[in-house]
Amino acid sequence: MAYAIDDPSRRRFVNWFLGTSAGAFLLAVLYPVSRYLVPPPSGESAAGTVTLAIKPEDVKPNTGQIFKFGSRPGILVRTAAGELRAFSAVCTHLNCTVQYRPDFGQIWCACHNGHFDLNGKNVEGPPPRPLEAFAVNARGNQIVVSKGA
Amino acid sequence: MEPVETHGAVWRWLDRRIGLADLEYLARKKQVPLHRHTIWYYFGGMTLFLFAIQVATGILLLFYYRPSAEEAYESVQFLMAEVEFGWLIRSIHAWAANMMIFTLFVHMFSVLLLGVYRPPREITWFSGVALMGLAMGFGFTGYLLPWNELAYFATKVGTEITGAVPLVGSFLRRLLRGGDEVTGATLTRFYGIHVAVLPLLTAALVGLHLFLVQKHGMSVPPSVERGGGPLRTMPFVPNFLLRDMVGWLAALAGLAALAAFLPAELGRKADPFVSAPIGIKPEWYFMFMFQTLKYLPARILGIDGEVVGVLGFGLGGLFLLLIPVLDRRTARGEPSRLFFWIGIALIVYMLVLTYLGYTASTTK
Repeated sequence: MAYAIDDPSRRRFVNWFLGTSAGAFLLAVLYPVSRYLVPPPSGESAAGTVTLAIKPEDVKPNTGQIFKFGSRPGILVRTAAGELRAFSAVCTHLNCTVQYRPDFGQIWCACHNGHFDLNGKNVEGPPPRPLEAFAVNARGNQIVVSKGA
Repeated sequence: MEPVETHGAVWRWLDRRIGLADLEYLARKKQVPLHRHTIWYYFGGMTLFLFAIQVATGILLLFYYRPSAEEAYESVQFLMAEVEFGWLIRSIHAWAANMMIFTLFVHMFSVLLLGVYRPPREITWFSGVALMGLAMGFGFTGYLLPWNELAYFATKVGTEITGAVPLVGSFLRRLLRGGDEVTGATLTRFYGIHVAVLPLLTAALVGLHLFLVQKHGMSVPPSVERGGGPLRTMPFVPNFLLRDMVGWLAALAGLAALAAFLPAELGRKADPFVSAPIGIKPEWYFMFMFQTLKYLPARILGIDGEVVGVLGFGLGGLFLLLIPVLDRRTARGEPSRLFFWIGIALIVYMLVLTYLGYTASTTK
């Protein structure tokens, strides 16, 4: 009985068959695992408007505070002239949460020393873009902050 | 020679089943070269010893730690305040981590400056650089686990930096964070990476690294070899091993003292709706990169500064990895002043930027 092992075309076929099966097996394992590792999209809070739990008179001139804007922090600032302004508090450099510095009258990020003026514009340090500005409405006892200022 | 005669019945019983004589032969064969740079041989073993401490204390910490945003901080607080010697175990884990990174750096730079990465030890060097990456990964993921304020912002910044990688950045950032933001999902992910993925990879790479060190023997620096003359050696077992153990005991005593007098802090619980605290800084071994990012302007040649920074560090790491391939002179056994001075420049850069990171503060 002649063994077919030495038949090159048959050997090539068997090797190709084995190779593709191994490849298909790996793919069948790796695809679900890689999809599993990617987190599903979280329900991005669509809230374009929030009513703050802060009363307008509690925000003194030349101070600022952090508030929740959906799942992200925002910063509410009352300028020395008494005007209320709100921005995203997420630094445009590397995502730290900024704070208001009364000593320079600017918004400042502690992580890499980034400075923003009271229009949210990046004026010093590494931040590449201005902070996103929000519209602020003080309605009587309430402060309402909304996107798209 | 009849080695069987020199041992007891238990030894002989085991030898017939698992081949102890072969292991004994290997242990006796290993020699440590003696020359003016022999001191640097101690740092690899020291790093391995500290890693063993990390495994032991890490397992102990697992018995109390709870990996969720709601419970992590409280579980560490409980461990520190209520569990007997909880403060000791956690403080030793924190201090030994720092010490391990330090001895790893010393080990790596001694290998770099002495040029002992030359053929055939390239893969030993590659696995060593990869182990350094894993050690930094351990530091980065472990830092977040107590879920305190400093760790929260350090992780925000660290994962945001991966977002600056061209093309795949935002995908990588989401993958690392387990979502778009640093949340409890990030904590769970980092926990899995810290206690399962990294230990597994490290065990495999340490195995390879040690196997290669055994296979090629301890490397003699080219400068010593060029000096000529007969090379003296010392048996690894027991002469060198006993000296190693003196160092390990001293390190353990130092760790206990550090843990007792400067226990690991916990700080305040992470709160996503609080500003980043003033004076925020990363672990010291990330400081030179952190400080570099501070100095980079917002835009360089039309590209965001942090993208330039990340690409720079990425290329720097790649260069470090490929040194055995790039340094042709050392490979031929000739002196290589260029790569020696590159090594010195790297050390000086890291030292200066780290120093500035702790002292130069433009805004308090």
